[in-house]
Amino acid sequence: MFMYYLFVFIGGFLGSISRNLVGNMIQPLSSGFPLQTFFINCIGSFFLGAFLPFAKIRLKPEYSLLIGTGFTGAFTTFSTFSLENVLLMNEKQFFVSFLYIFFSMFVGIFLSYSGYKLTDQFHKKEGASTS
Amino acid sequence: MIIIGLFGGLGAVSRYALGNFISKYNKISFPYGTFLINIIGSMLLGITNHFYRDRIISTDIWLFLGVGFLGAFTTFSTFSFEAIQLFMSKKYKIAIFYVLLSTILCILSAYLGLNIFT
Repeated sequence: MFMYYLFVFIGGFLGSISRNLVGNMIQPLSSGFPLQTFFINCIGSFFLGAFLPFAKIRLKPEYSLLIGTGFTGAFTTFSTFSLENVLLMNEKQFFVSFLYIFFSMFVGIFLSYSGYKLTDQFHKKEGASTS
Repeated sequence: MIIIGLFGGLGAVSRYALGNFISKYNKISFPYGTFLINIIGSMLLGITNHFYRDRIISTDIWLFLGVGFLGAFTTFSTFSFEAIQLFMSKKYKIAIFYVLLSTILCILSAYLGLNIFT
């Protein structure tokens, strides 16, 4: 049990540092659209969608906790997304906020699905089942 | 940077522990764990940002708590994965409900957190 927490901790350690590094590399758009959080959440959603069905068949639970729950969970963030929307609305940037919410939800969920299907295709080719 | 990582590790462990605790009592398909974690984390980030703007806490503390702990405590990737799982098991109403309610309540709680002490 302690080992599970340790794996989540190490993943979370690396995930939040990576989020900070990637976030610092990307500038928000001139309209105020928070491109860095958007990009991070999209990449993380795609990766987790592809990773979880793979991990379910091939990996020990420790590695799923390290990479899925720990790293990817901490790499992506919902709280920053919420706060950025409030700050945009405070500055009366309602349309930018609307676009940010709309694209985060649709693109994030679509990419998660694409990742899932990608792994599913590989497994089907190799004759394994994800279900 | 290392300290952000340490706080991020703690944030991820708290999410894991709280998520396990909630799912133990949650027998229906709505993903209450991630749902509550994202709402609580959004409110706490609003509060932390308010203190940071009022210079009650320093930039370092903001980075440790806001970017490190709360950034890692809440999660978007698990949220989107849970949404597609609900869609794929044809629980369309619950899926749409989950996405809409998460978005509205998280933004609302960040707003409340930002304004609760003014």
